[in-house]
Amino acid sequence: MRKLIKNRNVRIALILLAVFAVVQILDTVGFIDGYIMGIIARVCINIILAVSLNLITGFTGQFSLGHAGFMSIGAYTCAIITLRYPTVLGFIIGVIMGALCAAIIGVLVGLPTLRLRGDYLAIATLGMAEIIRILFLNMEITNGAAGLIGIPQFVNWAWLFFFTVGTIIIITNFINSAHGRASISIREDEIAAESMGIHTTRSKVTAFTIGAFFAGIAGALYASYFFFLKPELFGFAKSIDVLVIVVFGGLGSISGSVVAAVLLELISSMLQSLVALRMIIYAVLLVVIMIFRPQGLMGSKEISGIMFKGVRERVQSKVRSVGKGKGGEA
Amino acid sequence: MPVLKTEGLTKVFGGLTAVLKCNIEINRGELIGLIGPNGAGKTTLFNLLTGITLPTSGTVELEGKKIQGLRPHVICKNGIARTFQNIRLFKDLTVLDNVKIAMNQHVKYGLHSAFFHNRAYRRTEAEIIEKAGDLLNIFNLYEKRDELAKNLPYGEQRQLEIARALATDPILLLLDEPAAGMNPVETAELTELITKIRRDYDLSILLIEHDMSLVMSICERIYVLDYGVVIAEGIPEEIKSNKRVIEAYLGEEVENA
Repeated sequence: MRKLIKNRNVRIALILLAVFAVVQILDTVGFIDGYIMGIIARVCINIILAVSLNLITGFTGQFSLGHAGFMSIGAYTCAIITLRYPTVLGFIIGVIMGALCAAIIGVLVGLPTLRLRGDYLAIATLGMAEIIRILFLNMEITNGAAGLIGIPQFVNWAWLFFFTVGTIIIITNFINSAHGRASISIREDEIAAESMGIHTTRSKVTAFTIGAFFAGIAGALYASYFFFLKPELFGFAKSIDVLVIVVFGGLGSISGSVVAAVLLELISSMLQSLVALRMIIYAVLLVVIMIFRPQGLMGSKEISGIMFKGVRERVQSKVRSVGKGKGGEA
Repeated sequence: MPVLKTEGLTKVFGGLTAVLKCNIEINRGELIGLIGPNGAGKTTLFNLLTGITLPTSGTVELEGKKIQGLRPHVICKNGIARTFQNIRLFKDLTVLDNVKIAMNQHVKYGLHSAFFHNRAYRRTEAEIIEKAGDLLNIFNLYEKRDELAKNLPYGEQRQLEIARALATDPILLLLDEPAAGMNPVETAELTELITKIRRDYDLSILLIEHDMSLVMSICERIYVLDYGVVIAEGIPEEIKSNKRVIEAYLGEEVENA
C-alpha cells in the first residue's frame, strides 16, 4: 500500500516537474515574453490567494472579506525590506516577514471574532482590510497614495512555481490531517464539532492564520514581480476578486481554486482589448456559470480524486481486505 | 463516587424556567432513563451537562470534578459524549471521517506533521483508521465507511451518531431519543446494541426516550421530568404506577368521572 502511495506522489512530482521544465525552457528560448510572463505571475499569485482563502471559507466555513488586506501587508513588508536590502536574501527575508506579519494580524483579528458563531468575521475582516489600506495611504514608510516604485524584481518563474506548488501542497496536507478534519467539521456543524471534543476557536483561528500567512506570501510575490505598489491595488474589489475565484472553482476544492484562477485570468486577459465591455462580459459569464453550476466548477471534489481513481481503488480494496481480517478477530 | 452528580441545576431562559433545581445521580455502569412530556426540559438538561448552554445556577460533577461552565470540547475530553435529538452528523463527510473527527482529541501530532505528513502523521493516521474501522464494525457500518453520512438510511444515521460519540472514548454517554422514528424491529436491534456497548465499553448511559417499551425494558432507574422539575425517580415498576407521572403524561384524573 505504501508503495502505491509513493507511486502516486512520484507521478504528481513528475507532472509538476514537466510543467516547470516546459515553461522554464520556453522562457529561456524567449517564446514567453514579458506580457505572457505577467499573466503567469498573476495566475500563480491568484492561485495562492484563492487556495488560502478556500481554506478559510471553503473548508472551515468562515466568511472572510479581507484577503486583500493580508496580501497588502505581505506586499508592503516585502517591498520595504527589499528596497533597503536589494539582494536575493533580502527578498527571501521579505517574503517570510511579509507572511509572518500577515499571520500576526490574522491572529489579532481572528481571536476576538472567531470565538463567536456567525458572520462577525466577515464584517471584522472587511473593516480590517480598510483600516490597513488607509494606514498604508497615510504612512510615510509606504509613501502614501503615490506608492512604492522601483521595488527590486527578484521573482521569476522558478520562485512563482516554488511558492505556488508549496502553498498547494502544504494546505492540501493540512486539510488531510486531523487539524484539517477539525476545521471541516466546524463547517459541517459547529455544535456537533465542539461536542465531539473539537476546540472550535483554536481550529478556526489556526485555519484563518494559515490563510493569512499564505496571502502574505502572495502579496510579497506581487510586490517583487510587478515592482510597483499603491494602496488602491488592495481595496475591497481585490478581496472580492479572490472570493469570486474560490466560489467559481468550488468551495472546498483546492483543484477547483487552481482551475478557476487559471480560467478567470485567461478570460480577463482575452477580453483586455474590449476595454469597456470587458467587465460586463466578465460579469455575465460569471452569472451564467453560477446559474448552471452553482456548486462551482469542481463542487467539493478534487482533480486528483478523478485522475488517480484507479490507484485509489486498488489501495481501498487492499485496506478493505485488511479491515475485514481485523473485523473477524474483534 | 457517582459518575455524574448534579445539585440544584437550574436554567432560566428569560421568564421561562426550563430546568429547576435538578438533582440527578448516576453510578458507574448504570443505565438511566430520562422521560417526561414534550417541553419538559430533557434536552435542555443534556445541553447543560455538555456545556452547550450554561446553567443559571447549580453544579455538575463528573467523577467528583466540577464541570459546569466549561466549554463543550473540554467536557467532552473529561468524558461526556452525546448524540442529538435532531441528528447532527457531519453530513457531507464520509462515515469514516465522521468517526475520525471524534477521535481528534487523541491525535497528538502537531501542525508541522500536518503540513509535511511526516512519520508521526502516517503512524497516527494509520492507528486512527484502524480504530475507527473497529468501531464501525461493531455497528455494521464498516462496509459503508466511504459513503457520505447524509446518504445513509435514517436508522443507520442514528447508529453512526452513537458510533461517533463512542469514538471520543466517553465514560458517560448521553443518548437523546436514539429510537425516534424507528420501527419496532429497529428499536429492538437498538436495545440490544445499547446493552452491548454498555457492557463492552464499561459505560454509564443516560437516555432520553419516548418509546416506553425501550425505556422500561433496559433502564435500571428512571428520572421523570415535568416543567423542568424532577417529579419522580425510581425503578421502572415504581415509575409505571407513580401517580404524579401518570398525571404528567395523561392529565389529572377528574373526581367522580
